[in-house]
Amino acid sequence: MLKNLCQKMFGRSLWVYHANSGGCNGCDIEVLNVLTPYYDVERFGIKLVGSPRHADVMLCQGPAMRSTAQALKRAYEAMPAPKLVFAIGSCACGGGVWFDSYSVLGPVERVVPVSYYIPGCPPRPEAIIYGVAVALGLVDKKTAPVEFKQLEFPIPEYHPGDLRRDGDMVVYEKLEKV
Amino acid sequence: MSLLSKLEETLICLKAGRVTLPYPVQAKPLPENFRGRPIFDAMKCIGCAGCANNCPAREILVYDPCQEIRILQYLGRRCTYCGRCADVCPEKAITMSLEFENATNQIADLGQKLELFMSTCQRCGRCFKGAAALEELKMKGYRSDDIKNERWIYRSRAYLESERVVDDIQIELD
Repeated sequence: MLKNLCQKMFGRSLWVYHANSGGCNGCDIEVLNVLTPYYDVERFGIKLVGSPRHADVMLCQGPAMRSTAQALKRAYEAMPAPKLVFAIGSCACGGGVWFDSYSVLGPVERVVPVSYYIPGCPPRPEAIIYGVAVALGLVDKKTAPVEFKQLEFPIPEYHPGDLRRDGDMVVYEKLEKV
Repeated sequence: MSLLSKLEETLICLKAGRVTLPYPVQAKPLPENFRGRPIFDAMKCIGCAGCANNCPAREILVYDPCQEIRILQYLGRRCTYCGRCADVCPEKAITMSLEFENATNQIADLGQKLELFMSTCQRCGRCFKGAAALEELKMKGYRSDDIKNERWIYRSRAYLESERVVDDIQIELD
């Protein structure tokens, strides 16, 4: 549903505003790298603007800090209505390595609602372009949660029925199936 | 003067040619030793929780819901892909993959959860690592005694071959 909405609302050029709320500038540099001729995103109509009032997309870098959370919230509220927020980097996605220190409130989603996450420390410029492409519905996301359950005790001696002789080796069939 | 500098600039720009990378069509080859998302191999994992103890972002959680099951959960939100978990894993169950296109709209997509069977001690009922794995750990890290000189080394870094017997060991001998 969000994807359809995005395709409808952001069918044309995206104007991005990049807000750093206390990151280390690593993600900043990667975002600027995206805007250079090497990864020329102006091909796709993405343009950096200086004011949140002109922007469709806010690129958040850095965790929500005690000192900058209010400013970040005000920048978000200043954006016109169909708006997207991208959390770029592991600080914005989850709070960073110093997530439990006194000045860090945590991930950006504590302050503003985040619609897309681009993890990495810092994410590669390709990863940022990929994230924008996912948001525009050009490609499907690749990640999915992985859950693994061992259904049976994985020790062959406990399951003599599943042992199979193969040449001069004994193969445990259940182990291959899992 | 300014015109000359402009001409010079134009020359430099022309010399550079076209530099734009054809990313969405064709990806640039990744650099060597690139670390992407860690992938947990549940078949190799013995549930020793070394990765959880060494994660600087505290992103790997270990939880024992009952006596025989251990849940090892990787959240992946604030993972910096430092590769320390892969370094300390005694069974090499964690590999740093080359995946970096992890953009998603749900943060839970990055997680990995392993539910492992553990052997439990018959006396105390707690989980423990299998005997074979323990022996292997011992061989790798815990002790490597000097058989030739009949010396017991339990602090491997305090040992130099030219040195005499380390002080601690003398105390032990007394």
